Amino acid sequence: MEWETVIGLEVHIQLATQSKIFSGAATAFGAAPNTQACAVDLAMPGTLPVANEAAFRYAVMFGLAVDAEIATTSVFERKNYFYPDLPKGYQTTQLAKPIVGRGHVDVQLAGGDSKRIRIHHAHLEEDAGKSLHEDFHGMSGIDLNRAGTPLIEVVTEPDMRSAEEAVACARKLHSIATSLGICDGDMSQGSMRFDVNISVRPRGDKTLGTRTETKNLNSFRFIEEAIKLEVARQIDLIEDGGRVVQETRLYDGDSKTARSMRSKEEANDYRYFPCPDLLPVVLEADYIDAIAKQLPELPDARQSRFVNEYGLSTYDAAALSSDAAGAAFFEALVAACGDAKQAANWLMGEVSARLNADERHIKDSPVSAAQLGGLIARVLDNTISGKMAKQVFEVMWKDGGDADTIIANQGLQQVSDTAALEAMVDAVIADSAKQVDNYRNADPAKRPKMLGYFVGQIMKASKGQANPQILNKILLKKLEPKNK
Amino acid sequence: MERADIEKLAELARIEITDATIDEVTRSITEVLQLVDQLQTADTQGVEPMAHPLDAVQRLRSDTVTETDQHAAFQNLAPAAEAGLYLVPKVIDQSDLIGTVE
Repeated sequence: MEWETVIGLEVHIQLATQSKIFSGAATAFGAAPNTQACAVDLAMPGTLPVANEAAFRYAVMFGLAVDAEIATTSVFERKNYFYPDLPKGYQTTQLAKPIVGRGHVDVQLAGGDSKRIRIHHAHLEEDAGKSLHEDFHGMSGIDLNRAGTPLIEVVTEPDMRSAEEAVACARKLHSIATSLGICDGDMSQGSMRFDVNISVRPRGDKTLGTRTETKNLNSFRFIEEAIKLEVARQIDLIEDGGRVVQETRLYDGDSKTARSMRSKEEANDYRYFPCPDLLPVVLEADYIDAIAKQLPELPDARQSRFVNEYGLSTYDAAALSSDAAGAAFFEALVAACGDAKQAANWLMGEVSARLNADERHIKDSPVSAAQLGGLIARVLDNTISGKMAKQVFEVMWKDGGDADTIIANQGLQQVSDTAALEAMVDAVIADSAKQVDNYRNADPAKRPKMLGYFVGQIMKASKGQANPQILNKILLKKLEPKNK
Repeated sequence: MERADIEKLAELARIEITDATIDEVTRSITEVLQLVDQLQTADTQGVEPMAHPLDAVQRLRSDTVTETDQHAAFQNLAPAAEAGLYLVPKVIDQSDLIGTVE
Protein backbone atom coordinates (compact mmCIF):
# COMPACT_ATOMS: atom_id res chain seq x y z
CA MET A 1 0.00 0.00 0.00
CA GLU A 2 1.16 3.53 -0.68
CA TRP A 3 1.17 5.73 2.40
CA GLU A 4 0.83 9.46 2.74
CA THR A 5 2.50 11.32 5.62
CA VAL A 6 0.66 14.21 7.27
CA ILE A 7 2.63 16.64 9.45
CA GLY A 8 1.75 19.69 11.52
CA LEU A 9 4.15 21.81 13.58
CA GLU A 10 3.94 23.58 16.94
CA VAL A 11 6.80 26.01 17.31
CA HIS A 12 7.86 27.79 20.50
CA ILE A 13 9.68 31.01 19.67
CA GLN A 14 11.40 32.82 22.55
CA LEU A 15 10.94 36.55 22.09
CA ALA A 16 14.08 38.69 22.31
CA THR A 17 12.72 41.13 24.88
CA GLN A 18 14.97 42.61 27.57
CA SER A 19 12.56 41.75 30.36
CA LYS A 20 10.03 39.01 31.00
CA ILE A 21 6.46 38.92 29.76
CA PHE A 22 4.90 39.64 33.17
CA SER A 23 7.78 40.99 35.27
CA GLY A 24 10.72 43.39 35.05
CA ALA A 25 13.34 40.65 35.51
CA ALA A 26 16.01 40.25 32.82
CA THR A 27 15.81 37.48 30.21
CA ALA A 28 19.52 37.25 29.25
CA PHE A 29 20.72 33.70 28.58
CA GLY A 30 23.43 32.12 30.70
CA ALA A 31 23.12 34.14 33.93
CA ALA A 32 23.93 32.43 37.25
CA PRO A 33 20.95 30.33 38.47
CA ASN A 34 17.96 32.29 39.80
CA THR A 35 19.66 35.69 39.59
CA GLN A 36 17.02 36.71 37.06
CA ALA A 37 14.01 35.25 38.85
CA CYS A 38 12.15 37.97 40.75
CA ALA A 39 9.23 37.72 43.20
CA VAL A 40 6.67 37.60 40.34
CA ASP A 41 8.55 34.80 38.54
CA LEU A 42 8.77 32.93 41.85
CA ALA A 43 5.01 33.32 42.39
CA MET A 44 5.50 34.93 45.79
CA PRO A 45 2.16 35.65 47.49
CA GLY A 46 0.68 39.02 46.62
CA THR A 47 2.57 39.55 43.40
CA LEU A 48 0.71 40.44 40.22
CA PRO A 49 1.69 40.26 36.55
CA VAL A 50 2.15 43.41 34.47
CA ALA A 51 2.30 42.65 30.76
CA ASN A 52 5.27 43.69 28.62
CA GLU A 53 4.37 45.83 25.59
CA ALA A 54 7.33 44.52 23.53
CA ALA A 55 6.04 40.95 23.71
CA PHE A 56 2.78 42.11 22.09
CA ARG A 57 4.64 44.20 19.51
CA TYR A 58 6.80 41.19 18.54
CA ALA A 59 3.79 38.90 18.32
CA VAL A 60 2.03 41.45 16.08
CA MET A 61 5.16 41.68 13.89
CA PHE A 62 5.13 37.92 13.49
CA GLY A 63 1.42 37.94 12.68
CA LEU A 64 1.85 40.60 10.02
CA ALA A 65 4.81 38.71 8.51
CA VAL A 66 2.71 35.56 8.04
CA ASP A 67 -0.19 37.56 6.64
CA ALA A 68 -2.43 36.73 9.61
CA GLU A 69 -5.37 38.47 11.21
CA ILE A 70 -4.29 40.26 14.39
CA ALA A 71 -6.77 40.02 17.25
CA THR A 72 -7.56 43.48 18.55
CA THR A 73 -8.70 41.86 21.78
CA SER A 74 -6.72 38.96 23.19
CA VAL A 75 -7.18 37.20 26.50
CA PHE A 76 -4.83 35.30 28.82
CA GLU A 77 -5.85 32.02 30.40
CA ARG A 78 -4.42 29.77 33.05
CA LYS A 79 -3.29 26.30 32.06
CA ASN A 80 -3.14 24.41 35.32
CA TYR A 81 -0.58 21.74 36.13
CA PHE A 82 1.87 21.11 38.95
CA TYR A 83 5.55 20.98 38.28
CA PRO A 84 8.46 22.44 40.27
CA ASP A 85 9.70 24.60 37.36
CA LEU A 86 6.28 26.29 37.23
CA PRO A 87 5.95 27.93 40.67
CA LYS A 88 2.47 29.40 40.14
CA GLY A 89 0.95 25.99 39.44
CA TYR A 90 -0.29 27.27 36.07
CA GLN A 91 1.17 28.62 32.87
CA THR A 92 -0.24 31.94 31.72
CA THR A 93 -1.09 31.41 28.06
CA GLN A 94 -3.80 32.12 25.51
CA LEU A 95 -6.45 29.70 24.28
CA ALA A 96 -9.79 31.01 23.06
CA LYS A 97 -8.57 34.44 21.97
CA PRO A 98 -4.94 34.24 20.76
CA ILE A 99 -3.24 37.38 19.48
CA VAL A 100 -2.46 36.00 16.00
CA GLY A 101 -5.16 34.32 13.94
CA ARG A 102 -5.05 32.42 10.66
CA GLY A 103 -2.09 33.10 8.37
CA HIS A 104 0.32 31.28 6.09
CA VAL A 105 3.93 30.94 4.95
CA ASP A 106 5.19 29.95 1.50
CA VAL A 107 8.13 27.55 1.50
CA GLN A 108 10.53 26.70 -1.32
CA LEU A 109 11.07 23.02 -2.03
CA ALA A 110 13.85 21.27 -3.93
CA GLY A 111 13.24 21.49 -7.64
CA GLY A 112 12.00 25.05 -7.33
CA ASP A 113 8.43 24.24 -6.27
CA SER A 114 6.75 26.44 -3.71
CA LYS A 115 4.12 25.33 -1.21
CA ARG A 116 1.79 27.27 1.03
CA ILE A 117 1.55 26.10 4.67
CA ARG A 118 -1.39 27.50 6.61
CA ILE A 119 -0.92 28.76 10.14
CA HIS A 120 -3.83 28.00 12.45
CA HIS A 121 -2.92 30.64 15.03
CA ALA A 122 -0.07 31.90 17.22
CA HIS A 123 -0.46 32.78 20.90
CA LEU A 124 1.58 34.51 23.57
CA GLU A 125 2.63 32.66 26.69
CA GLU A 126 5.37 32.38 29.29
CA ASP A 127 8.23 29.88 29.35
CA ALA A 128 8.86 27.65 32.39
CA GLY A 129 12.05 27.27 34.45
CA LYS A 130 14.49 24.37 34.26
CA SER A 131 14.94 21.33 36.50
CA LEU A 132 18.33 19.74 37.10
CA HIS A 133 18.29 16.21 38.43
CA GLU A 134 21.93 15.42 38.99
CA ASP A 135 23.77 15.36 42.23
CA PHE A 136 21.65 17.14 44.83
CA HIS A 137 21.41 14.41 47.50
CA GLY A 138 18.42 12.85 45.82
CA MET A 139 16.68 16.21 45.33
CA SER A 140 16.15 18.24 42.15
CA GLY A 141 17.63 21.71 41.59
CA ILE A 142 15.36 24.37 40.11
CA ASP A 143 16.58 27.35 38.09
CA LEU A 144 13.79 29.85 37.43
CA ASN A 145 15.76 32.29 35.26
CA ARG A 146 13.84 31.14 32.19
CA ALA A 147 10.45 31.24 33.95
CA GLY A 148 8.40 34.06 32.46
CA THR A 149 10.46 34.51 29.29
CA PRO A 150 7.94 35.49 26.59
CA LEU A 151 7.15 32.91 23.93
CA ILE A 152 4.91 32.80 20.93
CA GLU A 153 3.64 29.35 20.11
CA VAL A 154 2.93 29.01 16.41
CA VAL A 155 0.56 26.22 15.41
CA THR A 156 0.38 25.20 11.75
CA GLU A 157 -2.33 23.26 9.97
CA PRO A 158 -1.42 19.64 9.07
CA ASP A 159 -0.36 20.79 5.60
CA MET A 160 3.06 19.16 5.27
CA ARG A 161 3.43 15.82 3.49
CA SER A 162 7.12 14.96 4.05
CA ALA A 163 10.07 15.58 6.34
CA GLU A 164 11.48 17.85 3.65
CA GLU A 165 8.38 20.07 3.70
CA ALA A 166 8.36 20.18 7.49
CA VAL A 167 12.02 21.21 7.63
CA ALA A 168 11.44 23.82 4.92
CA CYS A 169 8.57 25.24 6.99
CA ALA A 170 10.65 25.19 10.19
CA ARG A 171 13.50 26.97 8.41
CA LYS A 172 11.08 29.53 7.00
CA LEU A 173 9.64 30.31 10.44
CA HIS A 174 13.18 30.61 11.80
CA SER A 175 14.12 32.90 8.95
CA ILE A 176 11.04 35.10 9.48
CA ALA A 177 11.59 35.37 13.26
CA THR A 178 15.28 36.26 12.95
CA SER A 179 14.65 38.68 10.07
CA LEU A 180 12.04 40.46 12.19
CA GLY A 181 14.57 40.53 15.03
CA ILE A 182 11.95 39.15 17.44
CA CYS A 183 14.06 36.05 18.29
CA ASP A 184 17.81 35.46 18.37
CA GLY A 185 17.22 32.14 16.56
CA ASP A 186 19.82 30.30 18.63
CA MET A 187 18.34 26.82 18.61
CA SER A 188 21.15 25.27 20.67
CA GLN A 189 20.07 27.55 23.53
CA GLY A 190 16.42 26.66 23.08
CA SER A 191 15.38 29.94 21.47
CA MET A 192 13.24 27.97 19.01
CA ARG A 193 11.81 24.55 19.81
CA PHE A 194 9.68 22.37 17.57
CA ASP A 195 6.95 19.83 18.35
CA VAL A 196 5.98 17.69 15.35
CA ASN A 197 2.56 16.04 14.94
CA ILE A 198 2.81 13.06 12.60
CA SER A 199 0.26 10.65 11.14
CA VAL A 200 0.07 8.42 8.08
CA ARG A 201 -2.88 7.33 5.94
CA PRO A 202 -3.37 5.33 2.74
CA ARG A 203 -2.78 7.72 -0.16
CA GLY A 204 -6.12 9.04 -1.36
CA ASP A 205 -7.87 8.79 2.02
CA LYS A 206 -9.60 11.93 3.19
CA THR A 207 -9.66 11.22 6.92
CA LEU A 208 -6.54 11.70 9.01
CA GLY A 209 -4.79 8.80 10.72
CA THR A 210 -4.12 8.76 14.47
CA ARG A 211 -1.27 11.15 15.20
CA THR A 212 1.63 11.14 17.59
CA GLU A 213 3.50 14.20 18.80
CA THR A 214 7.30 14.22 18.97
CA LYS A 215 8.27 17.03 21.33
CA ASN A 216 11.01 19.55 21.82
CA LEU A 217 13.22 19.12 18.77
CA ASN A 218 15.87 21.80 18.71
CA SER A 219 17.62 21.39 15.37
CA PHE A 220 16.52 21.09 11.76
CA ARG A 221 18.46 17.82 11.46
CA PHE A 222 16.62 16.33 14.44
CA ILE A 223 13.25 17.36 12.95
CA GLU A 224 14.10 15.50 9.76
CA GLU A 225 15.46 12.42 11.54
CA ALA A 226 12.59 12.24 14.02
CA ILE A 227 9.94 12.47 11.28
CA LYS A 228 11.54 9.78 9.12
CA LEU A 229 11.87 7.48 12.11
CA GLU A 230 8.29 8.01 13.27
CA VAL A 231 6.77 7.63 9.80
CA ALA A 232 8.60 4.31 9.33
CA ARG A 233 7.46 3.16 12.80
CA GLN A 234 3.81 3.98 12.11
CA ILE A 235 3.80 2.30 8.68
CA ASP A 236 5.49 -0.84 10.09
CA LEU A 237 3.01 -0.93 12.94
CA ILE A 238 -0.05 -0.68 10.69
CA GLU A 239 1.29 -3.14 8.10
CA ASP A 240 1.90 -5.64 10.89
CA GLY A 241 -1.76 -5.37 11.85
CA GLY A 242 -1.28 -2.95 14.76
CA ARG A 243 -2.77 0.45 15.49
CA VAL A 244 -1.09 3.80 16.10
CA VAL A 245 -1.86 5.08 19.62
CA GLN A 246 -2.18 8.79 20.21
CA GLU A 247 0.82 9.60 22.38
CA THR A 248 3.65 11.99 23.06
CA ARG A 249 7.10 10.81 22.01
CA LEU A 250 10.61 11.95 22.75
CA TYR A 251 13.41 11.78 20.15
CA ASP A 252 17.00 11.31 21.25
CA GLY A 253 19.34 12.83 18.68
CA ASP A 254 22.39 11.00 20.04
CA SER A 255 21.04 7.46 19.84
CA LYS A 256 18.72 8.29 16.91
CA THR A 257 15.85 6.58 18.70
CA ALA A 258 12.50 7.71 20.08
CA ARG A 259 10.32 6.47 22.89
CA SER A 260 6.82 6.97 24.17
CA MET A 261 6.40 9.38 27.06
CA ARG A 262 2.70 9.58 27.65
CA SER A 263 -0.44 8.20 26.09
CA LYS A 264 -3.69 10.07 25.67
CA GLU A 265 -5.24 8.36 28.72
CA GLU A 266 -2.49 9.75 30.93
CA ALA A 267 -2.75 13.18 29.36
CA ASN A 268 -3.20 16.07 31.72
CA ASP A 269 -6.48 17.84 32.12
CA TYR A 270 -5.33 21.43 32.18
CA ARG A 271 -8.62 23.01 33.34
CA TYR A 272 -8.08 26.27 31.46
CA PHE A 273 -9.88 29.40 32.63
CA PRO A 274 -9.42 33.14 31.95
CA CYS A 275 -6.69 34.61 34.16
CA PRO A 276 -8.34 36.95 36.70
CA ASP A 277 -5.01 38.75 37.24
CA LEU A 278 -4.86 40.03 33.68
CA LEU A 279 -7.43 42.14 31.88
CA PRO A 280 -8.12 41.63 28.18
CA VAL A 281 -5.44 43.30 26.04
CA VAL A 282 -6.86 45.63 23.42
CA LEU A 283 -4.59 46.77 20.58
CA GLU A 284 -5.76 49.80 18.64
CA ALA A 285 -5.69 49.81 14.84
CA ASP A 286 -3.20 52.73 14.96
CA TYR A 287 -0.79 50.67 17.04
CA ILE A 288 -0.93 47.75 14.57
CA ASP A 289 -0.62 50.07 11.56
CA ALA A 290 2.46 51.72 13.03
CA ILE A 291 4.10 48.30 13.49
CA ALA A 292 3.18 47.33 9.91
CA LYS A 293 4.84 50.48 8.59
CA GLN A 294 8.12 49.67 10.36
CA LEU A 295 8.26 45.98 9.52
CA PRO A 296 11.84 45.04 8.50
CA GLU A 297 12.60 43.37 5.17
CA LEU A 298 11.26 39.80 5.13
CA PRO A 299 13.15 36.78 3.74
CA ASP A 300 11.14 36.49 0.49
CA ALA A 301 11.67 40.16 -0.36
CA ARG A 302 15.35 39.95 0.52
CA GLN A 303 15.82 36.90 -1.67
CA SER A 304 14.38 38.64 -4.75
CA ARG A 305 16.45 41.71 -3.98
CA PHE A 306 19.65 39.62 -3.84
CA VAL A 307 18.82 38.17 -7.26
CA ASN A 308 18.09 41.58 -8.78
CA GLU A 309 20.70 43.70 -7.02
CA TYR A 310 23.65 41.31 -6.92
CA GLY A 311 22.92 39.04 -9.87
CA LEU A 312 22.90 35.93 -7.69
CA SER A 313 21.22 32.70 -8.73
CA THR A 314 17.94 31.94 -6.94
CA TYR A 315 19.72 29.13 -5.10
CA ASP A 316 22.55 31.36 -3.86
CA ALA A 317 20.12 34.16 -3.02
CA ALA A 318 17.97 31.77 -0.98
CA ALA A 319 20.96 30.42 0.90
CA LEU A 320 22.34 33.88 1.68
CA SER A 321 19.09 35.62 2.52
CA SER A 322 17.41 33.15 4.88
CA ASP A 323 19.33 34.18 7.98
CA ALA A 324 19.17 37.89 8.86
CA ALA A 325 22.68 38.02 10.35
CA GLY A 326 24.10 36.02 7.42
CA ALA A 327 22.41 38.35 4.93
CA ALA A 328 23.80 41.41 6.72
CA PHE A 329 27.28 39.85 6.68
CA PHE A 330 26.95 39.17 2.95
CA GLU A 331 25.94 42.74 2.17
CA ALA A 332 28.77 44.16 4.28
CA LEU A 333 31.17 41.81 2.49
CA VAL A 334 30.01 42.93 -0.95
CA ALA A 335 30.45 46.53 0.14
CA ALA A 336 33.98 45.75 1.36
CA CYS A 337 35.23 43.77 -1.66
CA GLY A 338 33.00 45.01 -4.47
CA ASP A 339 32.35 41.55 -5.95
CA ALA A 340 29.06 39.83 -5.09
CA LYS A 341 29.90 36.51 -6.76
CA GLN A 342 33.22 36.23 -4.88
CA ALA A 343 31.51 37.26 -1.64
CA ALA A 344 28.83 34.60 -2.16
CA ASN A 345 31.42 31.90 -2.97
CA TRP A 346 33.49 32.68 0.09
CA LEU A 347 30.49 32.77 2.42
CA MET A 348 28.96 29.55 1.15
CA GLY A 349 32.38 27.89 0.87
CA GLU A 350 35.22 28.59 3.30
CA VAL A 351 33.28 30.62 5.86
CA SER A 352 30.35 28.24 6.07
CA ALA A 353 32.67 25.22 6.33
CA ARG A 354 34.66 26.81 9.18
CA LEU A 355 31.52 27.93 11.01
CA ASN A 356 30.09 24.40 10.78
CA ALA A 357 33.35 22.83 11.95
CA ASP A 358 33.49 25.20 14.93
CA GLU A 359 29.71 24.99 15.53
CA ARG A 360 29.43 28.74 15.42
CA HIS A 361 26.77 31.04 14.06
CA ILE A 362 27.85 33.70 11.58
CA LYS A 363 27.10 36.43 14.10
CA ASP A 364 29.99 34.99 16.17
CA SER A 365 32.36 34.66 13.21
CA PRO A 366 35.92 35.54 14.32
CA VAL A 367 36.52 37.01 10.85
CA SER A 368 34.50 40.17 10.17
CA ALA A 369 33.04 41.19 6.81
CA ALA A 370 35.63 44.00 6.61
CA GLN A 371 38.53 41.59 7.21
CA LEU A 372 37.28 39.07 4.67
CA GLY A 373 36.49 41.85 2.18
CA GLY A 374 40.11 43.02 2.47
CA LEU A 375 41.29 39.51 1.70
CA ILE A 376 39.04 39.05 -1.33
CA ALA A 377 40.23 42.40 -2.65
CA ARG A 378 43.81 41.07 -2.64
CA VAL A 379 42.74 38.10 -4.74
CA LEU A 380 40.90 40.37 -7.14
CA ASP A 381 43.95 42.61 -7.64
CA ASN A 382 46.23 39.57 -8.05
CA THR A 383 48.34 40.23 -4.99
CA ILE A 384 47.76 36.64 -3.93
CA SER A 385 46.31 33.55 -5.58
CA GLY A 386 43.03 31.98 -4.58
CA LYS A 387 44.94 29.12 -2.99
CA MET A 388 47.02 31.47 -0.85
CA ALA A 389 43.92 33.38 0.09
CA LYS A 390 42.71 30.22 1.82
CA GLN A 391 45.97 30.10 3.76
CA VAL A 392 45.56 33.75 4.78
CA PHE A 393 41.96 33.02 5.76
CA GLU A 394 43.10 30.21 8.07
CA VAL A 395 45.49 32.57 9.85
CA MET A 396 42.82 35.27 10.04
CA TRP A 397 40.32 32.81 11.54
CA LYS A 398 42.74 31.60 14.20
CA ASP A 399 44.77 34.70 15.07
CA GLY A 400 42.82 37.64 13.64
CA GLY A 401 44.53 40.48 11.76
CA ASP A 402 43.94 42.12 8.39
CA ALA A 403 44.80 40.54 5.05
CA ASP A 404 47.62 42.94 4.13
CA THR A 405 49.48 42.39 7.41
CA ILE A 406 49.16 38.61 7.20
CA ILE A 407 50.27 38.57 3.55
CA ALA A 408 53.30 40.72 4.42
CA ASN A 409 54.19 38.75 7.58
CA GLN A 410 54.01 35.42 5.81
CA GLY A 411 55.66 36.70 2.64
CA LEU A 412 52.79 35.45 0.54
CA GLN A 413 52.72 38.19 -2.12
CA GLN A 414 52.42 36.76 -5.59
CA VAL A 415 55.41 37.31 -7.84
CA SER A 416 53.90 39.05 -10.84
CA ASP A 417 57.10 40.82 -11.91
CA THR A 418 57.81 39.57 -15.46
CA ALA A 419 61.61 39.89 -15.26
CA ALA A 420 61.79 37.88 -12.04
CA LEU A 421 59.49 35.19 -13.43
CA GLU A 422 61.47 35.03 -16.68
CA ALA A 423 64.66 34.44 -14.72
CA MET A 424 63.00 31.56 -12.84
CA VAL A 425 61.68 30.06 -16.07
CA ASP A 426 65.14 30.32 -17.67
CA ALA A 427 66.74 28.56 -14.72
CA VAL A 428 64.24 25.68 -14.84
CA ILE A 429 64.58 25.30 -18.60
CA ALA A 430 68.37 25.17 -18.27
CA ASP A 431 68.11 22.40 -15.67
CA SER A 432 65.53 20.33 -17.54
CA ALA A 433 67.01 19.75 -21.00
CA LYS A 434 65.35 16.35 -21.35
CA GLN A 435 61.87 17.56 -20.41
CA VAL A 436 62.25 20.57 -22.71
CA ASP A 437 63.19 18.32 -25.61
CA ASN A 438 60.28 15.98 -24.91
CA TYR A 439 57.91 18.91 -24.76
CA ARG A 440 59.08 20.46 -27.99
CA ASN A 441 58.92 17.16 -29.86
CA ALA A 442 55.53 16.21 -28.50
CA ASP A 443 52.20 16.36 -30.28
CA PRO A 444 50.92 19.93 -29.65
CA ALA A 445 47.72 18.43 -28.24
CA LYS A 446 49.70 16.75 -25.47
CA ARG A 447 51.78 19.78 -24.58
CA PRO A 448 49.34 21.51 -22.20
CA LYS A 449 49.53 18.50 -19.91
CA MET A 450 53.31 18.41 -20.11
CA LEU A 451 53.46 22.07 -19.15
CA GLY A 452 52.43 21.03 -15.66
CA TYR A 453 55.95 19.77 -14.94
CA PHE A 454 57.48 23.21 -15.55
CA VAL A 455 54.75 25.02 -13.64
CA GLY A 456 55.34 22.65 -10.73
CA GLN A 457 59.09 23.29 -10.73
CA ILE A 458 58.65 27.05 -10.73
CA MET A 459 55.95 26.95 -8.06
CA LYS A 460 58.36 24.93 -5.97
CA ALA A 461 61.18 27.38 -6.60
CA SER A 462 58.92 30.37 -5.85
CA LYS A 463 57.28 28.70 -2.84
CA GLY A 464 54.01 28.89 -4.67
CA GLN A 465 54.18 32.64 -5.12
CA ALA A 466 54.49 32.84 -8.89
CA ASN A 467 51.46 34.49 -10.47
CA PRO A 468 50.06 31.54 -12.45
CA GLN A 469 48.58 33.54 -15.33
CA ILE A 470 51.76 35.46 -16.06
CA LEU A 471 53.91 32.38 -15.51
CA ASN A 472 51.88 30.43 -18.05
CA LYS A 473 52.35 33.10 -20.68
CA ILE A 474 56.11 33.23 -20.16
CA LEU A 475 56.47 29.45 -20.16
CA LEU A 476 54.51 29.01 -23.38
CA LYS A 477 56.61 31.63 -25.08
CA LYS A 478 59.93 30.25 -23.88
CA LEU A 479 59.10 26.60 -24.57
CA GLU A 480 57.92 27.33 -28.13
CA PRO A 481 59.82 24.92 -30.40
CA LYS A 482 62.63 26.98 -31.94
CA ASN A 483 63.07 24.97 -35.16
CA LYS A 484 59.62 25.73 -36.49
CA MET B 1 -20.87 14.46 40.55
CA GLU B 2 -19.57 11.00 41.33
CA ARG B 3 -17.09 10.20 44.05
CA ALA B 4 -14.58 9.23 41.32
CA ASP B 5 -14.88 12.71 39.72
CA ILE B 6 -14.06 14.34 43.03
CA GLU B 7 -11.08 12.02 43.55
CA LYS B 8 -9.80 12.89 40.07
CA LEU B 9 -10.26 16.65 40.65
CA ALA B 10 -8.55 16.42 44.02
CA GLU B 11 -5.59 14.72 42.45
CA LEU B 12 -5.32 17.31 39.67
CA ALA B 13 -5.48 20.10 42.24
CA ARG B 14 -3.11 18.24 44.60
CA ILE B 15 -5.64 18.50 47.40
CA GLU B 16 -6.08 15.75 49.93
CA ILE B 17 -9.69 14.86 50.67
CA THR B 18 -10.08 12.24 53.37
CA ASP B 19 -12.55 9.39 53.19
CA ALA B 20 -14.42 10.94 56.10
CA THR B 21 -15.15 14.15 54.17
CA ILE B 22 -15.40 13.04 50.57
CA ASP B 23 -19.17 12.47 50.62
CA GLU B 24 -19.73 15.91 52.10
CA VAL B 25 -17.42 17.53 49.49
CA THR B 26 -19.21 15.67 46.69
CA ARG B 27 -22.56 16.94 47.98
CA SER B 28 -21.49 20.59 48.22
CA ILE B 29 -19.80 20.67 44.83
CA THR B 30 -22.91 19.14 43.31
CA GLU B 31 -24.93 22.00 44.86
CA VAL B 32 -22.59 24.57 43.32
CA LEU B 33 -22.96 22.88 39.95
CA GLN B 34 -26.76 22.99 40.32
CA LEU B 35 -26.46 26.74 40.79
CA VAL B 36 -24.35 26.90 37.61
CA ASP B 37 -26.99 24.88 35.78
CA GLN B 38 -29.60 27.40 36.92
CA LEU B 39 -27.44 30.28 35.69
CA GLN B 40 -27.03 28.56 32.35
CA THR B 41 -30.75 28.67 31.72
CA ALA B 42 -30.50 32.47 31.34
CA ASP B 43 -30.82 33.67 27.74
CA THR B 44 -27.36 34.95 26.71
CA GLN B 45 -28.00 35.14 23.00
CA GLY B 46 -26.19 38.15 21.53
CA VAL B 47 -24.18 38.72 24.70
CA GLU B 48 -20.40 38.79 24.23
CA PRO B 49 -18.80 36.46 26.81
CA MET B 50 -16.81 38.34 29.43
CA ALA B 51 -13.18 37.47 29.99
CA HIS B 52 -13.01 39.57 33.16
CA PRO B 53 -15.57 41.08 35.53
CA LEU B 54 -13.97 44.53 35.29
CA ASP B 55 -14.90 46.55 32.25
CA ALA B 56 -11.34 47.68 31.64
CA VAL B 57 -8.38 46.82 29.44
CA GLN B 58 -4.88 45.74 30.38
CA ARG B 59 -2.24 48.44 30.60
CA LEU B 60 1.11 47.42 29.21
CA ARG B 61 4.51 48.32 30.67
CA SER B 62 7.60 49.23 28.65
CA ASP B 63 10.21 46.56 28.08
CA THR B 64 12.78 47.57 30.66
CA VAL B 65 14.56 45.56 33.31
CA THR B 66 13.46 46.94 36.68
CA GLU B 67 14.23 44.00 38.96
CA THR B 68 17.57 43.46 40.65
CA ASP B 69 19.10 40.17 41.71
CA GLN B 70 17.65 39.25 45.10
CA HIS B 71 18.08 35.51 44.91
CA ALA B 72 20.05 35.44 48.19
CA ALA B 73 17.08 36.91 50.08
CA PHE B 74 14.59 34.61 48.34
CA GLN B 75 16.73 31.56 49.00
CA ASN B 76 16.77 32.37 52.71
CA LEU B 77 13.03 31.73 52.63
CA ALA B 78 13.38 28.45 50.77
CA PRO B 79 13.42 25.12 52.66
CA ALA B 80 16.54 24.11 50.75
CA ALA B 81 18.88 25.76 48.24
CA GLU B 82 22.28 24.88 46.87
CA ALA B 83 24.56 26.29 44.19
CA GLY B 84 21.98 29.01 43.55
CA LEU B 85 19.28 26.43 42.84
CA TYR B 86 16.07 25.86 44.79
CA LEU B 87 16.04 22.23 45.89
CA VAL B 88 12.79 20.27 45.74
CA PRO B 89 11.88 16.62 46.19
CA LYS B 90 12.80 14.80 43.02
CA VAL B 91 9.85 14.68 40.65
CA ILE B 92 10.58 13.28 37.26
CA ASP B 93 7.51 13.08 35.17
CA GLN B 94 6.98 13.24 31.49
CA SER B 95 6.90 16.99 31.09
CA ASP B 96 10.28 17.12 32.72
CA LEU B 97 11.82 14.86 30.12
CA ILE B 98 10.71 17.40 27.58
CA GLY B 99 12.07 20.12 29.78
CA THR B 100 9.69 22.68 28.42
CA VAL B 101 6.24 24.12 28.45
CA GLU B 102 3.67 22.35 26.38
